[in-house]
Amino acid sequence: MKTRHKRLAIIVTGVVGLTVAGLFVLNAFRSNLVFFYSPTEVLEGKVSVPAGKTIRIGGLVEKGSVQRSPDGLKVDFVVTDLNKKLPVHYEGILPDLFREGQGVVTQGRLQPDNTFVASEVLAKHDEKYMPPEAAQALKGGTFTPGGETKKP
Amino acid sequence: MQYMHKYASPKFFYTLAGKLTPWMAALTAVLLVAGLYLGLFVAPVDFQQGESYRIMFIHVPAAWMSMFIYVCMAGAGAIALVWNVKLFEMFAGNCAPVGASFTFLALVTGSLWGKPMWGAWWAWDARLTSELILFFLYIGYMALEASIDDPRRAARASAILALVGVVNIPVIHFSVEWWNTLHQPASVGKVGTPSIHPSMLAPLLLMSLGFTFYFFTVALMRMRNEILERERHTTWVAQLLESKS
Repeated sequence: MKTRHKRLAIIVTGVVGLTVAGLFVLNAFRSNLVFFYSPTEVLEGKVSVPAGKTIRIGGLVEKGSVQRSPDGLKVDFVVTDLNKKLPVHYEGILPDLFREGQGVVTQGRLQPDNTFVASEVLAKHDEKYMPPEAAQALKGGTFTPGGETKKP
Repeated sequence: MQYMHKYASPKFFYTLAGKLTPWMAALTAVLLVAGLYLGLFVAPVDFQQGESYRIMFIHVPAAWMSMFIYVCMAGAGAIALVWNVKLFEMFAGNCAPVGASFTFLALVTGSLWGKPMWGAWWAWDARLTSELILFFLYIGYMALEASIDDPRRAARASAILALVGVVNIPVIHFSVEWWNTLHQPASVGKVGTPSIHPSMLAPLLLMSLGFTFYFFTVALMRMRNEILERERHTTWVAQLLESKS
């Protein structure tokens, strides 16, 4: 039995050691592994963004901030993390889940005047799944059939 | 330990698995049919995503299975390494193709959902990337196992690879909490406020259970094949083949 216990000990220490080491490495790379920055991080200079570098900004689309051009392809909206706000310009097709008050991740360049020109807009879905009736009951009637964004 | 060796004898296990598989296959079929029916026809539409969310009834259980099977595979590999049990070696080896299939299914269904919902087929966020690494781990495991001729040596080498890869499992699970990711956090398993409606949770759990039974059914069937192949020179296999012919 002794060699078996030894092998078990080697495996347990090995796996635990590797896991701990792996977590330390991931923790060290933490800032490089985030998919996007928040408006606060960018606007308050918590992350250094070199001029002209492509970055991703994530947050909520501020309610009532979406403005579409008459031809429908140019969109202006404000991304907020409920602390700082960042105006975004975008030209292109928006994903189905792009809604006011919902999460969004947008890739593009920060301009010198602290606005953001996006080349890609991705909708970030939250973890809530429920039927429309339940959502209506929760929110007090903000549901629109077909799931269309309400025009401001 | 004596019990383990009795039940883990290939001959005993071959007979036991042969009796179990038809029942497990039937249970798998019932669970999957019920889950798909409830998920695709009974569950209501989602308030944000409409009908498109229904792909999660495949995607989420497949992703859970991809991690569950990996843990089974590494655990069985560790038991095989420590106690030298052949049956666990075989189980670990037969987990890999099933696990790789579920990982592939999770990646593909996620991608199909991601295009209309997020606006992208793929994003290099922590959750998606770590799940892709899991897929590569399965492929690497199978490649390593296939490249060594002696099955016992192959099982030992690949078990060590599987154990090293275990690091990736908590990374996949917690990636959505540790980092900003495009992928949403978990809906199921949180204590307190449920973020998924019961009418949608029921088919999700049925599908997960169905996938679990599918995995064990397939694993047992594959193991029976492997037992026959590995023990083909023994008298009990010869007798078995004689009685069948």
